[in-house]
Amino acid sequence: MAELLLEILSEEIPARMQARAADDLKRLMTDGLKKAGLTFEDARSFVTPRRLALVVDGLPVNQPDVTEERRGPRVDAPEQAIQGFLKGNGLTLDQCEKRTTPKGEFYFVVVERKGQVTADLLPEMFNDMFQVFPWPKSMRWGTGGQRWVRPLHGILCLFDGAVVPMAVGSTKSTNSTIGHRVLAPGVIGVNDFAEYRDKLENAQVILDADERRKAIAGQAEKLTKKEKLTVKIDNSLLAEVTGLVEWPMALMGRIDEVFMDLPEEVLTTAMRHHQKYFSVVDAKGKLAPRFIAVANTEATDDGKAIIAGNERVLRARLADARYFWDQDRKRTLESRVAGLDGVVFQQRLGSVLDKAERMAKLARTLAEYTGVDPDLAERAARLAKADLTTEMVVEFPELQGVMGRYYALADGETAEVAEAIADHYAPQGPADRCPSASVNVAVAMADKIDSLVGFWMIDEKPTGSKDPFALRRSALGVIRLIVENELSVPLLELFTAVYGFFPPSYNKERSVIPADVLARDLLDFFADRLKVHLRDKGVRHDLITAVFSLGDEDDLVRLLARVEALETFLASDDGEHLLVAYKRAANIVAIEEKKDGVIYDQPVDAGNLADAEEASLHAGLEEAAPRIAKAVAEERFADAMSALAGLRAPVDAFFDKVTVNCDDQTLRANRLRLLSRIRGALGGVADFSKIEG
Amino acid sequence: MTAAPDKKTSFQSLILALQTFWADQGCVVLQPYDMEVGAGTFHPATTLRVLGTKPWRAAYVQPSRRPADGRYGDNPNRLQHYYQFQVILKPSPDDSQDLYLQSLRHLGIDEGLHDIRFVEDDWESPTLGASGLGWEVWCDGMEVTQFTYFQQMGGMECDPVAVEFTYGLERLAMYIQGVDNVYDLDWNGLPKDQGGLTYGDVFHQAEKEFSAYNFEHANTEAVARHFKDAEAQCGALLALTPPLPLPAYEQCIKASHLFNLLDARGVIGVAERAAYIARVRALAKGCCEAWLVSQGEGV
Repeated sequence: MAELLLEILSEEIPARMQARAADDLKRLMTDGLKKAGLTFEDARSFVTPRRLALVVDGLPVNQPDVTEERRGPRVDAPEQAIQGFLKGNGLTLDQCEKRTTPKGEFYFVVVERKGQVTADLLPEMFNDMFQVFPWPKSMRWGTGGQRWVRPLHGILCLFDGAVVPMAVGSTKSTNSTIGHRVLAPGVIGVNDFAEYRDKLENAQVILDADERRKAIAGQAEKLTKKEKLTVKIDNSLLAEVTGLVEWPMALMGRIDEVFMDLPEEVLTTAMRHHQKYFSVVDAKGKLAPRFIAVANTEATDDGKAIIAGNERVLRARLADARYFWDQDRKRTLESRVAGLDGVVFQQRLGSVLDKAERMAKLARTLAEYTGVDPDLAERAARLAKADLTTEMVVEFPELQGVMGRYYALADGETAEVAEAIADHYAPQGPADRCPSASVNVAVAMADKIDSLVGFWMIDEKPTGSKDPFALRRSALGVIRLIVENELSVPLLELFTAVYGFFPPSYNKERSVIPADVLARDLLDFFADRLKVHLRDKGVRHDLITAVFSLGDEDDLVRLLARVEALETFLASDDGEHLLVAYKRAANIVAIEEKKDGVIYDQPVDAGNLADAEEASLHAGLEEAAPRIAKAVAEERFADAMSALAGLRAPVDAFFDKVTVNCDDQTLRANRLRLLSRIRGALGGVADFSKIEG
Repeated sequence: MTAAPDKKTSFQSLILALQTFWADQGCVVLQPYDMEVGAGTFHPATTLRVLGTKPWRAAYVQPSRRPADGRYGDNPNRLQHYYQFQVILKPSPDDSQDLYLQSLRHLGIDEGLHDIRFVEDDWESPTLGASGLGWEVWCDGMEVTQFTYFQQMGGMECDPVAVEFTYGLERLAMYIQGVDNVYDLDWNGLPKDQGGLTYGDVFHQAEKEFSAYNFEHANTEAVARHFKDAEAQCGALLALTPPLPLPAYEQCIKASHLFNLLDARGVIGVAERAAYIARVRALAKGCCEAWLVSQGEGV
């Protein structure tokens, strides 16, 4: 058993691509090994800013021999065909065996293919991997035609301790690599993975990203603990920083006190966004005048110069931020609204000013459903986007909304309006906090519904994996806002109203998609998003489909109440039986309708019920159907279900005693109508045909 | 905070040091292009020379203008006129990164004391139809250089690939001199009483006046008209047989700057903006193609 060690040394690999690249290297190489019939015990890949590495343990030094049986031509085939087969396999006729098969008598031959030396198979495998490597972006360099994420500098490839000769352009494989760029630039020769890893560590390169991550977190904690402070570890920042260093060295710097009165979000964003620094908080959770930077070196002065340099950069950044903060507050948000005509919302959907005006109108309408003063909702919606033209948000787009809140408060807007502005992008995804204050909910919904209807109008719906405008997230946002705040909102009506908010210049699109069609289609999209959302919470998606497909439900809260009642009912003994009976009835009717070419949806002839069981089923249905309809209309879903439960006994009895397909054609037709009626009665609650089980 | 004047770290000595270093690497040391450009990349020594197969190495300072970045001289870090030091090596050598790091050492940046990092930053110029992959180089958290392997220029593939280093001279000097305000930079390394000048002495008034011009007083109608004229002239020069790519390219540069000025004046609507960029790109593309033909490397 032997070990394969591979390292691809290059110039700095973008941090965001590293984890995926390590996975891809492992996948592509092990796929190649498997395809060649080479088994192994374990494969692990590693990535640092400058290297991608792979070690595969327990590989055989030879490919296994393969015995393969091949069928040749028929014994009576033309001579030419037989000779061709022999030649193609390097055989003589006496090595072949005649065998009779159901298709006739054929020549057969058993070919033994000797396994190749594993090392000989590796160069091609490597080459294939290198050619197809799925970098999000790759480049050319110098005069060579090769592509890689950044210029390639070395290939280390050892199999069973020996160099596997391979090359990319002029770069040939060796048994050596180099250490840290500054601290250990010398060449390091290695014989196997253990040595590779250890020697790299001695040369100031920690190969394992996980170890580097832990080192950074540990060092940062140690530094802050000394001052009774805590570092705020932001995992995505930590992952990024881990990808920027081979030899991490966390350092703590000071933030000039004069900047500490800037909003916290501004400080943390300026640190994170431009400088990739971690924030530090005191025991009360308040931002401390410290930051943690992670260097990729161990400086000879213990990092004093590096800290001083970083502090100076941060001062410049914060001076910028302070300038923006002071400038921005010289103008009110209100005065900025008109300027939103210079910010595109979407080319075909006009400017953000257009959007803000539509949102203001829509927020007024929504205020009715969230139970809030319409003037308040309109005001917040009108100002919600105004911070987009502030210098702070132009510089730090991720502060949109947050800055709007600060600036609104500075303008003397009410706290409610300010909070609604801050909150209106939420919730962004299933795990994000969902607004609950009524104004916030109205504005947050207005923003999203406007986008959805607009993009639907110009036919920019999400397709497959493509959702450039994050419309799935917007729809989920609306769903969460409605469901978690238990709001009763008629979505179809709302979509149609918003459709009317778009100006006549969109007539072209409008003639393509009429309002009612668009509203319906968008509601179906909501149904899909709702299913995905609830699947994670364990709600059966078939029940949502069953209720949604009736087409009469666009109130999500009511819909969920109905789904819940249905789920409880189906879990009961009555429900389970009734579902079975429903399926049986629907099946029979479908089969017979197809056979006869007749639809049995006419009223049942009450005077033509021969058996007691049919009469009692008929009576049961006549009694239950209006009760179900009334209960549903009054949103008493449990009552609707108990009306359904009452049908179980007559339905079961009917199937026990009555033969549907009897000889008397009149009776048969009437019985089929009766069965069809079951479908109708149950259809008042849900489309049972969509229910699984 | 004002730095003690020092001839070794003065702004001008920094430029001289870079020129010496890159001259030793076989670069032709050029002077700035005598037109308003947004970045050193616009100099024909980069835009045009990165195309085609002929090797090329050049280094030069390029004053760069970004009208929208003006702050009336009030902001310690933002300028509407600043200096870039531009290096172009074609084809990009295998030791591009090492050469670059040596240049920092040459400026007195000791790698043993500082943290140099290469942070992903791909570059794209929609007006030039150009793109490249590379990094911003950080020194102790400060971005000091844009390091780019050109992949495309004027919409055409670069083959061989050239590497471009764009040093932000003010930032680099602020870093080396340890000053927080660009206007405090020591320009010539002399004490004040012996004729010492700061960056502010040289440029502060210009920043104030040009900010006012860029944001308030540029006659937008005239600027828009000049744009059209430059565009028409560029087209006419490219339509000649044979075309005149170098004068045509000057008109393209002019159009690009005029567009930036209009943009700073805030008179360009959003849809219009995209259209302007496309117009400049079309000019740049035409010039690049004509240049290649003139080099006997027709498209």
